[in-house]
Amino acid sequence: MQDLGIKVLFQGRNFIRLLEGLWVTIGISLVAVAISIVLGIILGMIMSVKNPFIKAVTRLYREFVRVMPQLVLLFIVYFGVTKAFGIHLSGEIAAVIVFSLWGTAEMGDLVRGALASIPKHQYESGKAIGLTNLQIYIYIIIPQTVRRLVPLAINLVTRMIKTTSLIALIGVVEVVKVGQQIIEASRLTVPSAALWIYGVVFFLYFIVCYPISLLAAKLEKAWKS
Amino acid sequence: MGTKMDFEFIKEYIPLYIEAAKLTVRIALIGILISIALGFLLSLIRYYKIPVLHRIAGGYIELSRNTPLLIQLFFLYFGLPRAGIILSSEACAIVGLTFLGSSYMAEAFRSGLEAVPDSQLESGLSLGLTRFQVVRYVLMPQAVTISIPAFAANVIFLIKETSVFSAVALADLMYTAKDLIGLYYETNEALFMLVAAYLIILLPISILFSFVERKVRYAGFGD
Repeated sequence: MQDLGIKVLFQGRNFIRLLEGLWVTIGISLVAVAISIVLGIILGMIMSVKNPFIKAVTRLYREFVRVMPQLVLLFIVYFGVTKAFGIHLSGEIAAVIVFSLWGTAEMGDLVRGALASIPKHQYESGKAIGLTNLQIYIYIIIPQTVRRLVPLAINLVTRMIKTTSLIALIGVVEVVKVGQQIIEASRLTVPSAALWIYGVVFFLYFIVCYPISLLAAKLEKAWKS
Repeated sequence: MGTKMDFEFIKEYIPLYIEAAKLTVRIALIGILISIALGFLLSLIRYYKIPVLHRIAGGYIELSRNTPLLIQLFFLYFGLPRAGIILSSEACAIVGLTFLGSSYMAEAFRSGLEAVPDSQLESGLSLGLTRFQVVRYVLMPQAVTISIPAFAANVIFLIKETSVFSAVALADLMYTAKDLIGLYYETNEALFMLVAAYLIILLPISILFSFVERKVRYAGFGD
């Protein structure tokens, strides 16, 4: 019954379960993004310090985390840390740790870039009129940085949500895993379930990410000048 | 238990990783090359606002950029066979990577094209260059230079994305590591080789691109 495959979505609580799974995905992303933004701002400021040792250490961290595929990082934390230190981490905790590590590196780099894009004369003018370093940051640099940063940070949210799909591979029950469970359960009754369920999951991601991308693009345009 | 490395084990399984790395690199290369070609075509469609095609390209780009590769792959590998379209793991991987990559490349090239001011093109025409010459000698050199950082980021992003191919049963690096962990429980060694393999593939590319970016920055002039 090829054309009736979509009915699997409305059997029992299937669609509600998918939405619940989606909520797990979004929840983990939001927690990781919140941690990343706070730590990333701190990291970005540390990276702007002109000490060569600090520069080298932060650069190493940033390069390693950004060059490694997120799935590899997930495996290191979920399987590696568990084995090496004999502690058990749930998939959710491992996911939050990995996405926070990754997000902090990305966010730190964005903050560093935004700070570097502020022309030097802004700092110097502040000094010339007698502001302290703290005042220069609070009244001059941070307000300008935030405008450049917010659209990029919003984009990071969509990247985070998309990347969260990987946690299905370490066994966290989120939208992809729920989809797999539904497909398994209806293998005999609705053979075409895989087509429909993955199609629906595909569009669920799109429905969540697209408005956020639009918002980021809009803010970027509005604040460009 | 413990963190001591079993180097015998590593030595024994290195060839497996080399095979897997070859597969990862080969698929990434094919996928990225097709993505560059399609992305370039799409960016031209978007830049010149070719009717109808322009809308379709826009819709595809949004769809592809706002969904994860893993789901795109699952749809191709597990979903499509239910509609009678059966693709091998490798074909799925290439189609999936291209579906994702073309939109990212298209956006990188388009932002480069749009960053070239109209005054440049008009100056070219007023100097008596033909339309083709304007594109060839004025538009393209500048647009390509501007889009290099975004292009480089995309290449690295796409290579990293290949790590999810293991989920559609392609025997890539990730798959090999997972297999060894499952079979022998030599987790540290398997993960160590996995990290080393990705570093060997990605670090040189990352360093090369940051070098190129620094070089082409001189091509920009004051604004």
